Amino acid sequence: MEVFSLLADGFAVALTPYSLMLAVAGCIIGTMVGALPGLGPSNGVAILIPLAFSFGLDASQALVLMTSVYYGAMYGGRISSILLNIPGDEPALMTTLDGYPMAKQGRAADALVLSGVASFVGATFATIGLMLLAPILARIAFLFGPAEYFALYLLAFCTLGGMASNNQRKAALAACMGLGIAMIGLDNNSGLPRLTFDSLHLMDGIDFLVAIVGLFAVSEVFIFIESHGKNSAIGVKLGKITIPVKDIVRSFFAMIRASVVGFVAGVLPGAGASLGSFLAYMSEKSISKDKDTFGTGNPRGVAAPEAGNNAAAGGALVPMLTLGVPGSGTTAVLLALLMTLNITPGPLLFIERADLVWGLIATLFIANFVLLILNVPLVRIFVKLLSVPAWVLLPGVTMVSFVGIYSLSGSYFDLLLMIGFGVLGYFLRKIDVPTVPIILGILLGGHMEDNLRRAMVISGGEWTYLFSSPIAIGLWLAAFVGFIAPMFVSKFFKKPQAITD
Amino acid sequence: MKLFKQAGACLLLSVGLLGQATSAECIAPANPGGGWDFTCRSISKIMHDIGAVDKPIQVTNMAGGGGGLAYGHVVNERGSDEELIIAASSATATRLAQNAYAGMTADQVRFLGAIGADPGVIVVGKDSPFNSLTDLLDAVKADPSSVTFAGGSAAGGFDHLKVLMALGRADFTDIAKVKYIGVDGGADAITQTIGGFTQAMTGDISEVVGFLKSGDVRVLAVLTDERIPGEFNDIPTAKEQGIDVVAVNWRGLYVPKDISDEAYNKWSDALAKVGSSDEWAEAMVANGLAPFNKVGDDFAGYLDGVIAEIQTLSKELGVIK
Repeated sequence: MEVFSLLADGFAVALTPYSLMLAVAGCIIGTMVGALPGLGPSNGVAILIPLAFSFGLDASQALVLMTSVYYGAMYGGRISSILLNIPGDEPALMTTLDGYPMAKQGRAADALVLSGVASFVGATFATIGLMLLAPILARIAFLFGPAEYFALYLLAFCTLGGMASNNQRKAALAACMGLGIAMIGLDNNSGLPRLTFDSLHLMDGIDFLVAIVGLFAVSEVFIFIESHGKNSAIGVKLGKITIPVKDIVRSFFAMIRASVVGFVAGVLPGAGASLGSFLAYMSEKSISKDKDTFGTGNPRGVAAPEAGNNAAAGGALVPMLTLGVPGSGTTAVLLALLMTLNITPGPLLFIERADLVWGLIATLFIANFVLLILNVPLVRIFVKLLSVPAWVLLPGVTMVSFVGIYSLSGSYFDLLLMIGFGVLGYFLRKIDVPTVPIILGILLGGHMEDNLRRAMVISGGEWTYLFSSPIAIGLWLAAFVGFIAPMFVSKFFKKPQAITD
Repeated sequence: MKLFKQAGACLLLSVGLLGQATSAECIAPANPGGGWDFTCRSISKIMHDIGAVDKPIQVTNMAGGGGGLAYGHVVNERGSDEELIIAASSATATRLAQNAYAGMTADQVRFLGAIGADPGVIVVGKDSPFNSLTDLLDAVKADPSSVTFAGGSAAGGFDHLKVLMALGRADFTDIAKVKYIGVDGGADAITQTIGGFTQAMTGDISEVVGFLKSGDVRVLAVLTDERIPGEFNDIPTAKEQGIDVVAVNWRGLYVPKDISDEAYNKWSDALAKVGSSDEWAEAMVANGLAPFNKVGDDFAGYLDGVIAEIQTLSKELGVIK
């Protein structure tokens, strides 16, 4: 098999002591970057780029370091999701839904180990997929035009209503707020500014990291202050770390399913890890027999989004390497790194720079094992970062949030905006409106609108264009059958079920 | 142990914040990795390496407002700072022309010059029925709804304007009818074109190199005065095909308005030295840039022409009033 000999060459590159050291360092830094709210993987990687140059790393070494940071951040994001209910980065958003309730039930350690294993499964699956299928998978991108992307985002939005099981209307309201926020900035189809109030700061739109940190971390601080630290959610006790074998076995297939969903979402340029973990969670919930327990600490609700987001992170490397199209914010930064290293990603990268690509793939495998060790037996170390008493931790979180957000653009405006989101988050929590759909609205809404508008430009305003390909029709059907229909049909099915119960 | 980890985290955080030093500064008005960042980093480095300046130049990233935030910062707060240069490109000129920097105008700073450019290209998929730029433009003239262009900038952005400039030279004036979609970057625009969702892609040559080598796309025309030297020498220019349009994404610098003439000359000399250095020649090859040398007054004249044309087109397009 040619693949294995190439992979062996790759390992020869990646297993030199220096590269190995870089991989381990990258994994540790990445996990920390991921775990600290406010420092997302994309600015984590961006901050480290100058460092890679000042160390004088060559192309493959720089890639080893950066992809380890990238994978590490994907693992690390879950830690603060589970322990603090604050997503460490945007793809870890979905992990808060079941991870945090699980931690509150005193099963924080189980949730961390389970999600660590799920991350490993997802990332390994994606790396194998990248290795075997990248050149073929790259062609999928050619099948997705504006109409197909619109249907894909629509599918995601249709599932939003079913997300907060206690109050769908509030979830829908929150999603609409997110959509509204997503509209701010330069309109891609006319070049005109919308809702910017002539402020240059709003011209590029609102960075979702600002929203995440504001809505989750800053609002948590307000709640903490209000309750004088008594009723704060923060400060979950972490018991002895054991391997929850039962949960892992039970959710193993959920992990595999989530990996497939996440990987496909990752491969599609313009979808990315957040959509991957979201779709993985929602599809797992929709096929599960015990839907009602999702959101209350169901282990599968922890495993699915983590496997999904790590698989998507690996999947996003496919279009980045083979087409030069980044599937997420972090891959965009990695792409920039490649360009600076004088490597042009594209259809020929796998042939022209085989040494580099296979070295990268080998590194991903190694990083995965390192991360599994760091995140399962040694997870305590990272937890320590977050498990100091709340009165120390919260000022710390606040500081990291401010520094992280300031480093995004170097402008105080983003800081004010973040505090604004914090206030908004505080009031929303008081009236029990979930904040997760707001973030998803911001993350997905802009893309959905852009693609609809593009489709309309191409077709000259003909709406049937949206149903013009089998893929688009398939996605519309999935949205309808899977998520819209049940809302109406469930009424009729509930009664007979009650009788058989 | 805990202390050590926290120290590590602090170190990590401070890396990005270091370096507000007293030496000269180059502001890249975008995040690390983009074209402006490249301009600042490579020009500053070469300036120091070849001895055109005494001290190393610090690079600062100031993203926001498509470069407008940095522009405002320079105009309002650093108007007479002689130790400051700022990266600029065609996008800067386009946005100034379109009044996208909150009313600030091009004469509020002094443009230093450009020393390299990414040539504009118009590209089709390998199976496209169009074999030349005139074929494609004729098709648009016959039925504007039959061709959609994809590009990496928003509607009204430079990629869009390239197409409109070419069409204008071919005596097509109903530019509001031309279909254009702005996607997330040049590679995405190519993907849409190869997928058959759009008929042609407009962008820079550096964005299409990989796909050109793999044979997935054909370049109908390169929008430069002369053919690009080197491996892409067989691509015809638009001029050869009778369409007199030159549209390049130049890479250059500007400085604050109120600096002394000596300081201005010092910087423009340094920039010219970089432009003729071997190091810069290498950096250009590595980044797919073609030679484009206009420094000082020469550049200012060129820029006025470009801005005027963009303003005319943008008004017709409705992007500005």
